[in-house]
Amino acid sequence: MKGKVIVITSGKGGVGKTTTTANLGTALAMMNQKVVLIDTDIGLRNLDVVMGLENRIVFDIVDVVNGNCKLKQALIKDKRFEGLYLLPAAQTKDKSAVSPHQMKNLTNELRNSFDFILVDCPAGIEQGFKNAIAGADDAIVVATPEVSSVRDADRIIGLLEAAGLNNPRLIINRLRSKMVKRGDMMDIGDIIEILSIELLGVVPEDETIVISTNKGEPAVIENNSRAGAAYRRIARRIMGENVPIESLDDTGNLVDRFRKMLKLAR
Amino acid sequence: MVLLDILNKIFNRDAVSSKDIARERLRLVLVHDRASVSPEFLNALKEDLIKVIREYLDIDEDALMVNLENEENSVALVANIPVKGFKRAVGV
Repeated sequence: MKGKVIVITSGKGGVGKTTTTANLGTALAMMNQKVVLIDTDIGLRNLDVVMGLENRIVFDIVDVVNGNCKLKQALIKDKRFEGLYLLPAAQTKDKSAVSPHQMKNLTNELRNSFDFILVDCPAGIEQGFKNAIAGADDAIVVATPEVSSVRDADRIIGLLEAAGLNNPRLIINRLRSKMVKRGDMMDIGDIIEILSIELLGVVPEDETIVISTNKGEPAVIENNSRAGAAYRRIARRIMGENVPIESLDDTGNLVDRFRKMLKLAR
Repeated sequence: MVLLDILNKIFNRDAVSSKDIARERLRLVLVHDRASVSPEFLNALKEDLIKVIREYLDIDEDALMVNLENEENSVALVANIPVKGFKRAVGV
């Protein structure tokens, strides 16, 4: 097996890197892929709680690179999904506890036993970012339709390209179609034009994300979560399937909606 | 005033939508961000400028200044190039 290492990054904090990592990883596992999620946010770990695996941590990434335990011992198996694992960050150390060189070795070792290695990058452009991208083959940039987030995404794209990650792909997160419709939120076209980057997917603003995070269950397992459905489609694109970008217009009139329902039923 | 706002909303008279403002502001700030991402950028530009201008003018290379400046709603490349002398015209 020769797995692919994908880093999920954004520059700005709070735009949904961890949620994206958890959902894409789970969706890929549901597609029978062997997936490991790595939390590189040392000192501020959260992927464990988002995944609902916080009570099962024994060893962490710092223990692994320091040789306190074997890599296999630190991997937490998610019992709900076959082939899904988490390598948690340490909570009591800081970013300098791991070096880019160690990250590279770690991801290379994981390639042998996984199809996908998803690296959840911390916010910022310092050491933690450098660690997270060190072993990556591909990068996914997450941005919300706000000036601060898009600006930081632009900076991150520049830094990724300088590090040789030449074709990062963009996920636009938390898009509110109603605001877009009334001209109070940048639309997909605006953001793509400004960043000139390939679009991997669009995730709508969705309350079910808050609810599923409360429970520690990724939204992709909920059939009626719109954000979950968007993440499932993105996972299929990562697998190489040609899935068209969905129209997020949920404000269509009743007749339109009825028509859509009929189409689905057919 | 509030009533006027409401009327404007109803008749959709808000000339510029806030997303257009966001897009324009981003476009400007990114021109600047991208130029300053690498400190080498302005230096490389400066050196190439000197190379070209030297063909035509005798300039003070040490006093040459090149900068990106934010004007009201545009970004300008501003160069201050002290001329020490003109080269003697050749030919025509």
